[in-house]
Amino acid sequence: MKIKELWHRLGSPRWFFYYSGAWVRFFGVFALILLSVGFVWGLLFAPPEQYQGNSFRIFYIHLPAAILCQSLYLAMGVGGFVLYVWRMKLADILIAACLPLGMSLTVLALFTGAVWGKPTWGTWWEWDGRIVSTTVLLFLYIGIFAIREAISDSELRGKASGLVAMVGMINIPIIKYSVDWWTTLHQPATFTLTEKPAMPIEMWLPALVMVIGFYFFAAHNVLTRMRAEILRREAKTAWVKKLAVKMV
Amino acid sequence: MGSVWVREWRAVVRNRSAIINPVAFVFLGVLLFNLGSRSYEESFDGSALGMLWVLVLIANLLALDSTFRRDFESGLLEQIFVSAEVPFLILFLKVLMQWMTTGFLISLLSPLLALLMGVPYELLGNTFVALLIGTPTLSFLGAIGASLTVGMGRGGALLALLVLPLYIPVLIFGVDVSQSQSIALTEISSLYWLFFISLASLTLAPFAILLGLKISLAMD
Repeated sequence: MKIKELWHRLGSPRWFFYYSGAWVRFFGVFALILLSVGFVWGLLFAPPEQYQGNSFRIFYIHLPAAILCQSLYLAMGVGGFVLYVWRMKLADILIAACLPLGMSLTVLALFTGAVWGKPTWGTWWEWDGRIVSTTVLLFLYIGIFAIREAISDSELRGKASGLVAMVGMINIPIIKYSVDWWTTLHQPATFTLTEKPAMPIEMWLPALVMVIGFYFFAAHNVLTRMRAEILRREAKTAWVKKLAVKMV
Repeated sequence: MGSVWVREWRAVVRNRSAIINPVAFVFLGVLLFNLGSRSYEESFDGSALGMLWVLVLIANLLALDSTFRRDFESGLLEQIFVSAEVPFLILFLKVLMQWMTTGFLISLLSPLLALLMGVPYELLGNTFVALLIGTPTLSFLGAIGASLTVGMGRGGALLALLVLPLYIPVLIFGVDVSQSQSIALTEISSLYWLFFISLASLTLAPFAILLGLKISLAMD
């Protein structure tokens, strides 16, 4: 009963706005701390890799960017599902909020991967399973963006982008398992849930800090965008007007 | 269900250009590629098969819009949704007929097309099988995109942007099967992938097409 009540409360823009205020500040502050610590630790204090030397340090950006771009797409897919099942407007706002950061992080992941690849494996680009499916992910993001631009009616726009997001979700397991299905450029996963990482702790701890920092930053960014969109959409209501007066 | 199929068949037969256009496009594309790549070595390096597959993808893309356009404009699509019939089946047959006029015909002609692209004789059989198994996926996944853009006036580039990322796995596996040297089809791992994608899209795509058409019908 409590969970159901909480869930439906979450669908109300006003309640979500008030509830998310504290979370935005929390995520923002800790993202700043974790990202600064992680950057400095990874760039300066982590040990150099055995064969790659110092050029492997871009991994500390490449890994979180790649993880986050997939997670943000998953969030969009789940948002599409919530939109269709529970008809929450907030799910549409969530999809729109995840879009810019998701696209940027996908581009960042592909770019940092290319930069890492040239000195390390001798190539800017390979058509291996993971790179191709991440490129497909980028095009899925662009497709959702394009279809949002093409439809002007708010409810239909939400439904269309939700549909494309859900259909594209099939790409996420392909990205994840492509390294197990094919042996090409990317190696199998260094981090799994069941085994010890194939990496010493001095190297993966800053990576963990960076990943959590990126997650917090993504949460901060998405929540901020959602709050801005809620204010935009609900601009004519009494609670927003009262809020504007209070802020001025 | 039989009457739906007969209706689709009649719509195709009375609109011959819907059949001729995709096939003519692929032939034209083969001609253009041959004229454009005047290399003097006789070697075959596999890129010809990739180009043939890309031509098939694009031909399918061009033929997608017509899948729902006529029925959308005549109002028949709305009738499908308000009637007591099961939309899944009707949409399935509609897309299947679209496949028959594009992918199916192209794959029947594929040995000839591949020969014209300079593909060696041994690979023609695998090319035919790969196209036969792979093209239904193209029609069904493409129909998802078509269902979303049929409500918009000029869906053209948006349709390509939505659909081509979904086509990429079919392209990769299809080319791999086409280039495979083995005669025993059961040994080609990519063929299992192609079958899997094909069956999954055939069974699951109509649900997405249903949702897409509902969105398109609500747009005007």
